[in-house]
Amino acid sequence: MRSSEKTILEVQDLSIAYPISIGVVRAVEGVSFTLDDGEALGLVGESGCGKSTLGLSILKLQRPPGRVTGGRIMYRGTDILGMNDRGLLRMRGQKIAMIFQNPLTSLNPLFTVEKHFLETIHFHDQSMPRDKAIAAVGKMLETLGIERKLLKEYPHQLSGGMRQRIMIGLALIMNPDIIIADEPTTSLDVIVEAGFTELLLELRRVYKLSIILITHNLGLVAEIADRIAVMYAGRLMEVASTEEIFARPLHPYTQGLIACVPNIQADQKELVTMPGSPPDLVEPPPGCRFAPRCPKVMPICRQQTPPLLDHAPGHSAACWLYGERPASAGLETTAAARPTGAVGGEG
Amino acid sequence: MGAPAARFSPAGGLATAMRWLSRSRKKYGMEWWIMIAGVLVIALVVTMTVFPHLFTGYDPSDQNAGGQMKAPSADHIMGTDNLSRDVWARMVYGARTILGVAIAAALVSALVGIPLGLLSGFAGGLFDRVLSLIMDSVYSFPGLILAIAFAAMLGPGVINITLAVAVVYIPTYFRLVRGQTLSIKEEVYVEAARAIGARRGTILGRYVFPNVIATVVVVLSLNIADAILTEAALSYIGLGLPAGLPDWGMDLSMGKKFLPSGVWWMITFPGLMIMLLALGFTMLGEGLAEILNPRLLER
Repeated sequence: MRSSEKTILEVQDLSIAYPISIGVVRAVEGVSFTLDDGEALGLVGESGCGKSTLGLSILKLQRPPGRVTGGRIMYRGTDILGMNDRGLLRMRGQKIAMIFQNPLTSLNPLFTVEKHFLETIHFHDQSMPRDKAIAAVGKMLETLGIERKLLKEYPHQLSGGMRQRIMIGLALIMNPDIIIADEPTTSLDVIVEAGFTELLLELRRVYKLSIILITHNLGLVAEIADRIAVMYAGRLMEVASTEEIFARPLHPYTQGLIACVPNIQADQKELVTMPGSPPDLVEPPPGCRFAPRCPKVMPICRQQTPPLLDHAPGHSAACWLYGERPASAGLETTAAARPTGAVGGEG
Repeated sequence: MGAPAARFSPAGGLATAMRWLSRSRKKYGMEWWIMIAGVLVIALVVTMTVFPHLFTGYDPSDQNAGGQMKAPSADHIMGTDNLSRDVWARMVYGARTILGVAIAAALVSALVGIPLGLLSGFAGGLFDRVLSLIMDSVYSFPGLILAIAFAAMLGPGVINITLAVAVVYIPTYFRLVRGQTLSIKEEVYVEAARAIGARRGTILGRYVFPNVIATVVVVLSLNIADAILTEAALSYIGLGLPAGLPDWGMDLSMGKKFLPSGVWWMITFPGLMIMLLALGFTMLGEGLAEILNPRLLER
């Protein structure tokens, strides 16, 4: 795993499980990735693949009864999972902040916009005088392009796009390094989504943010992310730069995902879909979890879990198609075989 | 009677009030009138408890008010009882007892039930399990039976009867608040607050509690109506209240004995008063429920 001085967040071999009545749901298993300072990482996968669980667990917010069963999450060298409550409270909002799927419900219906901001500041800095806090809020509103008169409004008086802007403002008011955005545009219409994307890119530049963008929207991720990690059924399938993922997807799952995006130029009568559905996470299939749906499945896929290996510089995939050697198919690469260890064997 | 507001600029005040009412009517419709009716009844009884002498010149325990068991007349609009006391005076002065006990009991059970429900729903785990089990077993008793048991255990006295009535309604608040807390703590805005660094105490106090409390107001009013009936029942069967205190429930049970001899007024008027007061609080509660939260009744 590429871990360097620029690395701000490093997830190592993380596993999260939900014990339920009929067994244990292994929502995330053996996931490792890094996030560089100022980088935007897209975490892509279909619903229920564990990407939201992964995002929440970075702030130790996974919903009960979810439990981290292994691995570490290092923020600038400190393990977040080992922090006490005090440390976590400082982490949330001040170092890493999160914005959620549904801006319609992520604001307290009884707080005005201004109160949301003042409360958030108060969580972290009880000593800040009120006028100073109000000044900070005013400056934030300017950055977000929100009129000052909205300060006295309640959430139900605002549009979805406005609320999502305010959510971002709340996430940014304490000046964190990392923003985790979980499906931030799902409930917005396309026009508002475009404006939101622009705002996020602008804020990223102004605040020098690192971003983890969790989404199933490939268009959005292509616009924002520098690198993309593809997740399926709780495991990472492929990690590469955004250009690489779209130009030379290695994993059959990634290839399938990209093929599913409707093409406005092609004369398409029907939507391309991927046959089958994601596996049961209580008793996942042995070997590669994508094997039951994979068009290029081989006998070994049903027996052994493929490790996440580098098949080109900065391009790793967990697929037996490329063996344990550097991939040759569709890639003219000379990178040395670097069996950096199986998914789950590193850390 | 009981319209002191009309004293200053009667015509103008009345016109303003009518305008306001008709505007409100357009806005809310039927439930608005239900609530207004409830408020008027309650206001009337509350005025009775505060200024009883405005309503009657008689003393409720005066045994020389005007002859035994006289039928209602111009002098005694509700007649007199077997001890020659004026029944209307007993109604006026008795309002204080039943209203005081019912309101105090509802407040006590709210003050116990709400915090327990909040904590139980928010904390979860074993604490929640044990507390819910206790509350559910209390709830499974018929209310009156439980109140009788507690009243008998605690002995007579205004405070004791209040507590006996209060115990019955604690689970009502507990269950309501716990359920609301369970659903509100899963709201995205609570999760979002946690994600930007809110403490558990802050979340409970500033995010969960204010969003829970709106539903409690409605239940409080309906609850007082129920507590009125329970108090009346307790004093009807002679549990709890010290002798000599005018009380509707006690007058009701007294009147029962003389009904066979044709003395209908001793039992009818206390019964009507109890019904009227309970109805007032029920109407207020139902009206409030519709006005504050139209979705509440759909659930």
